[in-house]
Amino acid sequence: MGKRSVVPFGPHHPVLPEPIHLDLVLEDETVIEAVPSIGYIHRGLETLVKKKDYKQYVYVVERICGICSFMHGMGYCESIEHVMNVEVPVRAKYLRTIWAELSRIHSHLLWLGLFADAFGFESLFMHSWRLREKILDMFEYSTGGRVIFSVNTVGGVLKDMPNEMLTKFVKMLDEMDGELRKVTGVFLNDYTVNSRLRDVGFLTYEKAWELGAVGPMGKASGLNVDMRQRKYAAYGDLDFTPITSNVGDCYARTDVRIQEIFQSIDLIRQAVAKIPEGPIATDVKGTPNGEYFMRVEQPRGEAVFYTRGNGSMYLDRARIRTPTFANIPALLETLKGAQLADVPLLVLTIDPCISCTER
Amino acid sequence: MANVKRSPWLLHYDGSSCNGCDIEVLACTTPVYDVERFGVVNTGDPFHADIFLITGGINSQNKEVVEQIYSQMPSPKVVVAVGTCACTGGVFKECYNILGGVDTVIPVDIYVPGCAARPESIIDGVVKAVALFQEKADAMDSKK
Ligand code: SF4
Repeated sequence: MGKRSVVPFGPHHPVLPEPIHLDLVLEDETVIEAVPSIGYIHRGLETLVKKKDYKQYVYVVERICGICSFMHGMGYCESIEHVMNVEVPVRAKYLRTIWAELSRIHSHLLWLGLFADAFGFESLFMHSWRLREKILDMFEYSTGGRVIFSVNTVGGVLKDMPNEMLTKFVKMLDEMDGELRKVTGVFLNDYTVNSRLRDVGFLTYEKAWELGAVGPMGKASGLNVDMRQRKYAAYGDLDFTPITSNVGDCYARTDVRIQEIFQSIDLIRQAVAKIPEGPIATDVKGTPNGEYFMRVEQPRGEAVFYTRGNGSMYLDRARIRTPTFANIPALLETLKGAQLADVPLLVLTIDPCISCTER
Repeated sequence: MANVKRSPWLLHYDGSSCNGCDIEVLACTTPVYDVERFGVVNTGDPFHADIFLITGGINSQNKEVVEQIYSQMPSPKVVVAVGTCACTGGVFKECYNILGGVDTVIPVDIYVPGCAARPESIIDGVVKAVALFQEKADAMDSKK
């Protein structure tokens, strides 16, 4: 056994956009064990349910995380709608689906950029983010906001997207296709990128299952876990099969996410073709009494929204389990035996969203 | 230190933000907004930084980290609080773990409002910070 040393990683680290701290136990350059400590972004927003009523709380939930802000809002609203037995208009469900899929594309492009930055490919980072801006333009055009656009409300959505706007978006996505394939092609085919990603950070199917990996982290190891199959929002009417891979290394996770971008574009196309006319929200009266577990598929995986009402305007409890939290055990598993130089890459491969994790 | 305003280096730290402001700060450095036009370079090292961009409020655990990063930066330095959270605590103000805005632990020079702060306003804040940075540098020179 060689000499062991402990190297701290984070909380402030150049590759990390957000603070997380890992103590890496090393033997020479090989990681033997990684010990995480979190809490740098903990705000304690679950307790805010006592101070904001259940409709105001939507705005708090949307600020759990700026990247999947919309999906957090959607998950929470659907959870409350189930508690209160509110029937959401079909058009609102479709609009939610479209915004959610746009969010997924934006999130995956954001991740591709950060990931490229982690392995030192600066221009690829810039290109991914340039493409991402086009999705943000769509958000801005339809809602007025770029990252946090607060269109969810209990009972539906606050803004409509006219049909011309929707067809325009589909056209914009079609136009992006060529560029997207060019940029993502670099991730998949470039020799240098491949040499960093292939055969790094293996996670086997058994381990992924045992550690409860979710989202692309699990899918890349062969777990067929996609909450969209539970048919919330309008996913029941749309045709898709979850993307999985059996390899389980960094390359497979990149591949799964890239394919999900194109899948999302396809889902938006289907939704725009099928969206019916009608109202976009129902009036919600009364107060929630009861409890519900809502599970939604976010770009990073399954998020759980548990809400319990007691018949007053203020909820008893809101519990939110976010995907990155579920993926940290899997991350620690992939770190074992890795080279120190690969640590930033492996940390980013789970697509960490620390503000979600700590809330 | 004549003309330091031509190449200020910028350090970004995420306090307890929701991420929204962070990705907007990063968006400022990427093609559409591109603050590098102003000579601003994003660095990861406090020892090289002139302008400290901080997003999100202060909580009990990151308090020391923020103080430490601030003390590691060489003078003159300018602190920019980005987003409502960093200015006042924002939507999380009433959370049990939030002590308040960034100015509860370190002096803040420029406040950029917005939830999330838009890249345009962040750039505006950075441009103001650059001017202030030059002023501080000149003041240091004249004291010598
Ligand atoms: S100001 Fe708003 S967008 Fe920015 S970190 Fe705070 S909650 Fe998030």
